[in-house]
Amino acid sequence: MEYIRLEQDADGIVEMILDQPGKAVNTMGAEYAEAMADTVATLEAMVADGDIKGVYVRSGKDTFVGGGDLSSMLDAPKQMSEAEATEKFDGILDAKRSLRRLETLGVPVAVGINGAALGGGYEICLACHHRVILDAPGVQVGLPEAQLGLMPGAGGVVRMVRMFGCQSAIDWISAGRKFKARQGFEKGWVDETADSLEDMHTKAKAWLLANPEARQPWDREGFRIPGGAPGDSAIPKALQGLFHFGPGNVINTTKDNLPAPKAIFACVHDVARVDFDTAEKIEARYFLKLLDSQVSRNMMRTFFFQLNDINKGLSRPADIETTRVAKLGILGAGQMGAGLAFTAANAGIDVVLKDISADNAERGKDWCRKACEKNRRIDQQQAEQLLQRITPTGDYRDLSDCELVIEAVFEDRNIKAQVTQETEVVVKENCVFASNTSALPITELAQASSNPENFIGMHFFSPVEKMPLVEIICGELTSAQTLAKAFDLARQLGKTPIVVNDAPGFFTTRVIGTTISEGATMVMEGVHPALIENAARFNGSPVGPLSAIDEISQETAYKNGEQAKADAEARGETPEQKPAALLVERMVKEFGRRGKVHGGGYYEYPQEGAKYLWPGLKDHFAPEGYCELPFEDVKDRLLFCQCIEAVRAMEEGVVNSAADGNVGSIFGIGFPAHTGGVFQFINAYGVREFVSRAAELTEKYGSRFAPPQLLLDKAEKNQLFV
Amino acid sequence: MTTEAYIYDAIRTPRGRGKAGVPGKPAGSLYEVKPIDLVTNLLDAMQSRNELDTTQIDDMVLATGEPIGEQGQNLAKTALVYSDWNDITTGAQLHRYCAGGLDAVNVAAMKVRSGFETMVIGGGVESMSRLGIGAGGAAVSDPWVSMRSYVISQGVAADLTATLEGFNREDVDRYALMSHQRAAHAQNIGYFQRSLVPVKDMNGVTILAEDESVRADVSIESLEMLQPSFRMFGESGHNELLKFKYPQVETIDHIHTAGNSSGIADGAALVLVGSEASGREQGLQPRARIVACATTGTEPTIMLAGPVPATQKALNIAGLTIDDIDLFELNEAFASVVLRYQKALGIADEKINVNGGAIAMGHPIGATGAMLVSTLLDELERRDLKRGLISLCAGGGIGIATIIERL
Repeated sequence: MEYIRLEQDADGIVEMILDQPGKAVNTMGAEYAEAMADTVATLEAMVADGDIKGVYVRSGKDTFVGGGDLSSMLDAPKQMSEAEATEKFDGILDAKRSLRRLETLGVPVAVGINGAALGGGYEICLACHHRVILDAPGVQVGLPEAQLGLMPGAGGVVRMVRMFGCQSAIDWISAGRKFKARQGFEKGWVDETADSLEDMHTKAKAWLLANPEARQPWDREGFRIPGGAPGDSAIPKALQGLFHFGPGNVINTTKDNLPAPKAIFACVHDVARVDFDTAEKIEARYFLKLLDSQVSRNMMRTFFFQLNDINKGLSRPADIETTRVAKLGILGAGQMGAGLAFTAANAGIDVVLKDISADNAERGKDWCRKACEKNRRIDQQQAEQLLQRITPTGDYRDLSDCELVIEAVFEDRNIKAQVTQETEVVVKENCVFASNTSALPITELAQASSNPENFIGMHFFSPVEKMPLVEIICGELTSAQTLAKAFDLARQLGKTPIVVNDAPGFFTTRVIGTTISEGATMVMEGVHPALIENAARFNGSPVGPLSAIDEISQETAYKNGEQAKADAEARGETPEQKPAALLVERMVKEFGRRGKVHGGGYYEYPQEGAKYLWPGLKDHFAPEGYCELPFEDVKDRLLFCQCIEAVRAMEEGVVNSAADGNVGSIFGIGFPAHTGGVFQFINAYGVREFVSRAAELTEKYGSRFAPPQLLLDKAEKNQLFV
Repeated sequence: MTTEAYIYDAIRTPRGRGKAGVPGKPAGSLYEVKPIDLVTNLLDAMQSRNELDTTQIDDMVLATGEPIGEQGQNLAKTALVYSDWNDITTGAQLHRYCAGGLDAVNVAAMKVRSGFETMVIGGGVESMSRLGIGAGGAAVSDPWVSMRSYVISQGVAADLTATLEGFNREDVDRYALMSHQRAAHAQNIGYFQRSLVPVKDMNGVTILAEDESVRADVSIESLEMLQPSFRMFGESGHNELLKFKYPQVETIDHIHTAGNSSGIADGAALVLVGSEASGREQGLQPRARIVACATTGTEPTIMLAGPVPATQKALNIAGLTIDDIDLFELNEAFASVVLRYQKALGIADEKINVNGGAIAMGHPIGATGAMLVSTLLDELERRDLKRGLISLCAGGGIGIATIIERL
C-alpha cells in the first residue's frame, strides 16, 4: 500500500488518490512528503510522454487531508542549532516544491474535496487549478493554523495573497478561518460545489477536459495581486493604511503575546512584494520561526492534544457506557437557568424549566425566545423546534421523568437544600441531581439529598450559551455512574468538561480568587491601579482584577468573603484577615463603593464616555504617591499566584490532570491562552526557573508565593506537569 | 592638529506655511518653490554677502527629513551643480529626522575641527507642502519592524509627555501664547532681519520675505477653542500601544492642538563653518565658535525626551553648567517638550526661545536645526551675550544639542 496511488481513466485523466495506509485520516508528515515528491516525478514523466490530459486529486478516505503532523511538531527540539534549522528549512522547501511542481505540470489539475481540507490539506487544494467541493455536512476548507500558534507553511500564505489580496489573506489566515462547503464557495475558496461524490468527480473531470490550457493566475502574463502590493510603484491608499495602522492593531489586540498573527501579517506583506519562488522561501522562514516558538508549543499541547483527550473522556470513568439525556430538568429560570434551557434545547434535549411559579418559568422561556432571535445560526423553523422542547412549569411533578436535574437557584445553602429534597420526591431513584454552584461545597450540599451518590456539582460559566466549559465537581459520595452521566451530558451540550474533587472554591473559583486577591493586595500596597490593570491585560487576561471585582460587585465579594469566613469558623479554623478581604470591606462599608451595578467600585462609570479609575484609590491608598514596583513583578504576581494555587489544588487531589487544569483555567477563568494554561505556564517557564522566581516573589511579597512541595518535587526530578 | 570651528555666517529663508494648494484653500507661499530653489537662493546669498571664493568650500552637508523625489538623491550636490558655484565643492545629504539641520552644522564643525577640511557648509531644507513627511520608510512601512518598535504618532507622544509630567491644556496653551507673542514682537521689530534671505523667483521677484505664519492676533481664547489634533491617532491604537512602554498610564489627555504644536512649514538654512585660517584667507570675520555638540538616544516610543540628556552631554563635553548658558533655543516641536525641558533643567522663560519658535513660525523638519543657529546667534549679538545652546528632539528618541559662543 502506498500513500498516493495513480489511476488513469479512459479519457486520459490521471486520478491522484491520497490514501495513507493504516490511518483513518490522511496526515501530512514525512510519509506524505516523500509520496508527494515521488508522485509528481511520476506525473512529470507521464506528461513528458504526452499521454495524460489532466490530473484529478482526491482522497481515498471519507475525509480529505487533515493537515500537518502535530505530534512531530510538538516533539521537535527547541532552540535549533544552525544545522538543525537548515535541515528543517530545506525540508519545508522540499514539501513546497512538490506542490509547485504539481501546479506547473503543464496539464490542468483539479481537486475534489470530499471532507475536511484543513491546514496543509487546503494548501494542497490551493496548488490545484480548480477546486470542487462536496456540499455535505462535515466538509470544510480552512487554514486554522493560527489557532494553534502556527501559520500555513506549504505555500498557503503565498497563494492566498495572490488569490485574494493582502487584506483578506491577513484577515482569514490570522483568524484561522474555516468554511463549510457553501460558504467556501461564496468566499471564493473553492470554485464549484457538488451534490454527491459522483457529481464531484464528474464536475472535476469535465473541467479538466474543458480547460487543457489551465494555469494558475499567478503564472499568467501580467498577473497583479488583487488590491495591490507593497512593491507597486503606486500603492493604493487602502493598502498603505493597512500596513501603517495594521501592525499596531496586531500588537494591541494580542498584547504582543501571540507570535502567529504577527508573523502572518508581516509574511503577507513580505511575500506580496516579491516573485513566487522568493515568496516561498520567505514563507518558509516565518513558518519555521513559529514552529520554534514556545507559544505554538503551548497552544498545540493544550488546544489540540489535551483538549482532545479531555473531550474523549480523560477524566471520565472508562468502564461505564456512554449515556444520553433525553429529558433534562432545570430548577430556576433566571439568567443561568434560562441559558441552560436554551443550550440544552439547542442540543436537541427536552427541557423542563421549573421555577417557583409558572409565570417565572415562562419568563425564562421568553429569554430563550429572544436568544433564538439574536442567534443568526438559528432560523425560524429551528427556533420553533427548539422552543417546543422547553416546558416551563411551576410544578415539581413535571420533573418526574427527567434523567438528570440541574439546579440553578440562588447561591444559598438553604434554598439549594430545599429544592434538592423537593425534587427527590418526584424523580426516579436513579435520577442524577446536579448543583450548579461556583463555590458551595458539594459534599455538604449533598447532605440534603437522600441519594448523595447521585449528587454532583456542575459549575457552568456565564453566559452559559457561549462559555465552553463545565467544571464537574465530585462530592465525597458521588458515584462513578453519576460522574459519567454528568460528563456525558456536558458533552451532549457541546461543552468541555473538566473533573475536579470537592474543596472550597473547587478549582476554577479557587484559582481566579488568588489573582483577584493579589490585585487588591497591590492596591493596598499603594501600587498604581492602572499598572495593575494593565499588567493583567498585558499578561493576556481578558480583564484586570479590579474590573473583574467591579463586575461581580464588591458587595457580592464581601458577602462571599463573610460566608467563607463563617464556614471556616464552623470547621474550627481561624481564618486570617487577608488584605484583599480588608479592601473589599473598606470599599463597601467605608467608601460605599459596592460595585458597578451599585454605581461604581474601583472604577467610576460616567453616563457618557469610558469608565475610569476612582480617584479615591489614590487618596486612600497612595496619598504620598504610588509605590514603585517593577512592571514585571506586577505581571508575575498576577499569574504566579494562580499557577501556585493550581499546584496546591493538584497536591490536594482537587484536580488530577494538567490537562483539566490547563483547559479549565483558559476556558473558565480567562487565564491567558497563549500560555497553554496554569500548568503549561510552569512547564514553559521552566519548572526549576519557576521555583526560583516563586522564591524571589516570596522573599519580596509574601509566603503565598512559596512553592508547594509538589512543585519542589517536580523541580527536583525535572519533570513537567503533563 | 585641531583648530576651532568658527561660524562665519548663518542665513535662512523665511518659513513658509507648508500647505499645498487645494481648490478653495490657498497654498503656502513657498508651495510653488522647489526644494532645490530654496537652497540655491541661499547659496547665491551666501556667496554674495561674503564675497566668497566658493572653490575654497570643501563640502556642503544638507539635511532633509524626507529625502525622496525632488528632495532626494543627494539634493546637496545637485543644488551645487545647478547653482553658480563651482565643480570642486562636494555635497552630501543627511537624514536625522528633526535633528538633521543642526546635525549638518555639527558635522561641518567636526570636519573643520578634525583638520581634514577647512571650510564647510552645514544646513537643511524641507518643502513639506510639496513632499509632506513620513511617506514611508523602514520604521513605518515594514510590519515586521514596526511590530517590534512600538512607534506612535509624535503628537500622541507629546500628549503622553504631558500626561506623565502632569501638564494640562492650560499649561501648554499658556506657553503657546507666549511663543506667538514673542515671534510677532520679534518680527515686528525686525530681530530676524540679519539672517533672513527673501526667496526670489528666476526673475528676481520676491516670493516670500518674512516668516509667513506669525500672527499677532493669537489670544488665549482663540487657542482654547482649538480641537485636539492627535486624538484620532490615539484612539486608532496609539494610546494602547504606548502602554507597552508606559504601563502606568490609564488614559491619555489629548491636549496638543494646531495652536500649541509646531506648524508644517517650508524653508531652508545654511551655516558657513570654517577654521580660523580659512576665514582669514577670505577676509571673513568669525561671529562665534562651536564649543561642543552632542547627540544621544532616549526611549523611542515617547521619542521627544532627547533634548535633556543631549544638553547635559554637550555641557559635559564643554565643561560647562546650565548656568553658563545665556540663551537657549529648543525647537518647539510641541509645547510639552519645552515645558518638560524647562522643568528638568530649571530654565526660566526669560532664557528660552525668546523670539518664539516653531509653534508660531512652523518647523520645516530638516531645516529647523540650522535655522535656530542663526536665530540664536543674532539674539546673542543683539543682547551682547556670550553663550547659547540649541537643542532639538527627533525621531527614534534622538536628542541633539550644540553650544555656541561669541568671540
